[in-house]
Amino acid sequence: MAQSAAPATGAPAITPISAKALAPWAVFVGILALVLLYFVGAEQGATALISGEGVHEWVHDGRHLLGFPCH
Amino acid sequence: MNSISVRALLVRGMIAGVIAGALALAVAYFLGESQVDAAIAIEEAHSHAAHGGGGGGEEEELVSRTMQATGGLATALLVFGVAVGGIAALVYAYALGRIGNFGPRATAALIAGAALLTVYVVPFLKYPANPPAVGNPDTIGKRTTLFFLMVALSLLLAVAAVIIGKRLAPALGNWNATIAAAAGFVLAIGLAYAFLPSFDEVGKDFPASLLWKFRLSTLAVQTTFWAGFGLIFGYLTERLLVSGNGADARRVATPVG
Repeated sequence: MAQSAAPATGAPAITPISAKALAPWAVFVGILALVLLYFVGAEQGATALISGEGVHEWVHDGRHLLGFPCH
Repeated sequence: MNSISVRALLVRGMIAGVIAGALALAVAYFLGESQVDAAIAIEEAHSHAAHGGGGGGEEEELVSRTMQATGGLATALLVFGVAVGGIAALVYAYALGRIGNFGPRATAALIAGAALLTVYVVPFLKYPANPPAVGNPDTIGKRTTLFFLMVALSLLLAVAAVIIGKRLAPALGNWNATIAAAAGFVLAIGLAYAFLPSFDEVGKDFPASLLWKFRLSTLAVQTTFWAGFGLIFGYLTERLLVSGNGADARRVATPVG
């Protein structure tokens, strides 16, 4: 049959990526992304790493419209 | 089939995140900015009244309103898009082939939908977004903590629901296992809603229609972002993962022989 000539794909369609291969990416990129989100969503609100109001004022509208608690 | 590279997924997640962020930016600009402006007008009217008609001592603006509504808004949404797109791509890299027999596009759509629900809608129903002029500055610390706690709780419960659903599937079948896991999720979230403190800091004279329109806009921004991300990332990963041999574009899992 024409079908049986095609490569058999009885196994699950997609082989999962092993957790070992994923872990270093997940840790490093996860931390970087959370730091970025902290600056967009929370810096100079409840907590501040940088003094002043510059970061807060710059992302002010985005913070409100993304739904983060702002002030 | 050569193994899927995490790098390729991450790159596509960040690209899809930026594009979805740009779409959400358009919604935020055209739908949300007028609400923010209206709320700021109310805020300023209040502070003028409070300061006895407001003398010349208007506090200096660090960033002009125009910059906040354009450059600032764009920075926030695009950075949000890259960061969230990257995280979603890594979640996708883990979920692909593990959550069931879903192809690349369906997995992307499921993850985007689940993310909208758990990261935004569930926390939003307890701690909705507030426009300028709403919210007591004295409670910002508590409100911020509880908002992020709600996000984390919702994420953990969603992961638990998926794991429990998968465990129950052999005994109950996929449909009933999904219903049981979802019911457990709703119950646990309901308990969190009931026992975590709430805040009602909307001023008596703040227009209800403005508050409603503002909150609806924030929901529109997030829905646009996640719908855009799910569709774009799904398109990109489908092309990445099933493009190898153009003829059989779909890798159908039919047992042969």
